[in-house]
Amino acid sequence: MFHRLPSAAAEIVTISVDGRPVAARKGDSVAAAMLAAGIVQNRTTPVSAAPRGPYCMMGVCFECLVMIDGIGSRQGCMTLVADGMVVETQLGKREPGR
Amino acid sequence: MTDQIAPHYDVVVVGGGPAGLAAATLTARAGLKTALFDEQPGPGGQIYRAITQTPLQSRSVLGGDYWRGQILVDDFLASKAAYVPNTTVWSVSRNREIGVSSAGKARMVTAQRIILATGAQERPFPVPGWTLPGVMTAGAAQILLKSFGLAPQRPVVLAGCGPLLWLLAWQMQNAGAVVDAILDTTPRANWMRALPHLPAFLTSPYFLKGLKLMLGVRRRVRVISEVVDLAAEGDGRVEAVTYSTASGRIARLPAETLLLHQGVTPNVNLAMSIGIPHRWSDEQACWEPELDADGNTAIEGIMIAGDGGGIIGARAAEERGRLAALGTIRALKGQTAAAGAGDAELIRHRLRRQISGRAFLDRLYRPAAQFRRPRGDTIVCRCEEVTARQVMTTAALGCTGPNQMKAFSRCGMGPCQGRLCGLTVTELLAEAHGITPERVGYYRLRAPIKPITLGELAQLPTDDAAMKAVIRT
Repeated sequence: MFHRLPSAAAEIVTISVDGRPVAARKGDSVAAAMLAAGIVQNRTTPVSAAPRGPYCMMGVCFECLVMIDGIGSRQGCMTLVADGMVVETQLGKREPGR
Repeated sequence: MTDQIAPHYDVVVVGGGPAGLAAATLTARAGLKTALFDEQPGPGGQIYRAITQTPLQSRSVLGGDYWRGQILVDDFLASKAAYVPNTTVWSVSRNREIGVSSAGKARMVTAQRIILATGAQERPFPVPGWTLPGVMTAGAAQILLKSFGLAPQRPVVLAGCGPLLWLLAWQMQNAGAVVDAILDTTPRANWMRALPHLPAFLTSPYFLKGLKLMLGVRRRVRVISEVVDLAAEGDGRVEAVTYSTASGRIARLPAETLLLHQGVTPNVNLAMSIGIPHRWSDEQACWEPELDADGNTAIEGIMIAGDGGGIIGARAAEERGRLAALGTIRALKGQTAAAGAGDAELIRHRLRRQISGRAFLDRLYRPAAQFRRPRGDTIVCRCEEVTARQVMTTAALGCTGPNQMKAFSRCGMGPCQGRLCGLTVTELLAEAHGITPERVGYYRLRAPIKPITLGELAQLPTDDAAMKAVIRT
């Protein structure tokens, strides 16, 4: 979906997305790291279960919501990756309490 | 950073773009205890985003106008202003209590004066299929380029109108990323309205830069003009974009990525949640706060600077930031201190020069009615999946305003808090009832304007008075 252009050297960290290891560049947001790994869908909507991916990348649209380290509906574009971070896509209806 | 947040400041600036950086630099230099809160990990706002940390190795990719932001950032970082990044302001009250959240911890901060410099967001672009993964804003692609050195996979189609569309195409070209097509939705009729303002534009700083940029892009990218209809198609993600032109040509382009843009509008959520009065701007088809020449709002001690006060562009935003700072210094330290902090006349002169081309650009790039007021099954509220037809049907039932619309349909009640449907709903209701958008009004916005967890709220430090207020005796 997105590819990396020649970039300055950076530390590589590994996050897990739905149990799959994803290599990210330190300084990536979660949403950016997912797009670079070819993951286009962050969640499905709570209304009709339609697929959604990041739209604005600046904290406005709330489309890139994912579960991060057990907390649901975090903005993927506003959260920086950290080594060992556990990310899960959000499917279907909202789960109160998470 | 949280531990470095003091409970009280003379001046709090919200937002680290050009207006916020320029304002905080001046107030701090004048000896006022200043803090700048910003959601991003680095200074610069969206326009100079990642200027201190972009992974892109060639400076020529983003261009000279981008790197000019370095002066602003260097001056700010050299000032005594406390810089608090990665921090969300989720509430501001009329008596200037500011709710901030940093590193998972919320706290309240007070300030004698507040300068809101929350900038702009992209205007909603409701077309069929705009919710499909792979459809993003042009700004999103620009952020991915600046902050993370990422470029979209081909085929890439850009669609819409406005300077940012051309700037993005130019920057992508510089980065070696291919743009396959640009679907230009600028309505031909706009030229007639823009022409009287052409002389001012020709002598403005925008003209030569813009011309160079557009010619550079047009040499290498297929540009399709006068696009009057647009839809994204695909199964589970965007695969193609269909369009028709004013001359009646209908065509379909394959697209792995579709980047939409039809201008930017003030980010009004924080200002409106405080109760700052806004008025409808017909030229820019959006809400703007009511401000005096310095940037004072109707609420004592709260000012607005930059694009959040009406779209003016980065260089003008910087000058508005300086004017707000001088107004702040005058209020807290007197006229002599303000005069010593900067030459207001010179700043106003530069501001006038920077905005001299705006009238032309605003009229030329005013988005077409069909892209502001969609029809049929096109989704208006992305969060709650409310369509244009549902909005119009609800209006026909007698629903007069956006707040009643919430009760009928949940339109505007999702996590984005109306940011991507509010303008559309206001304009649709105005059309349905034959009244002005000003009379229709906007969603009643309330804090928290950004999500914070209940745990964070519950752990806010409280004093005795606050405890007693909720204890039944």
